[in-house]
Amino acid sequence: MSETAVTGTASDLLEEEEKKSLESREFGFWVYLMTDAIIFALLFATYVVLSKNSAAGPTSKDVFDLRHTAGETALLLISSLTFGMATIAMAKGLSGRVIMWLVVTALLGVGFLAMEMMEFHGMIAKGAGPDVSGFLSAFFTLVGTHGLHVTFGTIGILVMIVQIPLKGLTPPVRSRLLRLGLFWHFLDIVWIGIFSVVYLPGVM
Amino acid sequence: MNHSAERSVSTYLTGFVLAIILTAIPFGIVWGGLLTGTAVYAIIAVAAILQVLVHLVFFLHLDLKSTPAENLFFLGFAAVLIVIMVGGSLWIMIDLHHRMM
Repeated sequence: MSETAVTGTASDLLEEEEKKSLESREFGFWVYLMTDAIIFALLFATYVVLSKNSAAGPTSKDVFDLRHTAGETALLLISSLTFGMATIAMAKGLSGRVIMWLVVTALLGVGFLAMEMMEFHGMIAKGAGPDVSGFLSAFFTLVGTHGLHVTFGTIGILVMIVQIPLKGLTPPVRSRLLRLGLFWHFLDIVWIGIFSVVYLPGVM
Repeated sequence: MNHSAERSVSTYLTGFVLAIILTAIPFGIVWGGLLTGTAVYAIIAVAAILQVLVHLVFFLHLDLKSTPAENLFFLGFAAVLIVIMVGGSLWIMIDLHHRMM
């Protein structure tokens, strides 16, 4: 946030007011992320309970490909780093560089989503769709919910890429970008859970 | 979270390298089939928990000094809820599973 010297003029007071309102939004967003973490935790619990119930259909060993998962993990982890680079460029006030890093992050996000769609499509084509067994229902619900979050995060990044040239790096724009960054890094944390709970034990 | 100016490239790179190492260890062990049984699950769990902490500290910039107390409070509250709900659900379901055998 911009540093304001409190000299008591009206514009300073307004700025102070704006800063407070943005800070409360950041707190509100943090509360949202924590509730989202609870949703994911319960989807993880559901998956763990159902993961062995393959109803004589394909098991996790038949449908998971660890190389594919490693690729998705790499894309998401690198995108967390590039979003961090955008945040650093924002702190320095370099809007051109912020946009460049956001474009890279969005491309990595789209790459991740493309890999996930390929995986889902391949599984459904092989007769391992979400309607086959408890294991597959829980898998598609958990990983699909994460994918939906990444989709919205990517849309958010695209919105910021348009908004920054139009509005400049004003305090509200900076605050939005910070909140979007929290969301993006949070999704990478959820993905750690997905490869540790779903994919790695699934192929053992 | 409001100290964006203090963030540096080296913080993110440190977090990135640590995250790669903590991802490579469980993938390598499962891929290479180096170990079997409970030891593998334990290593996966420890690496995952450490990596979550790495992400929280180096990417989300949580620390005990500059992060607002209410944010840490909410993180702790969510963690308690998750432990109760996930732990409780698994406890009940695994117990039921054994009784059905």
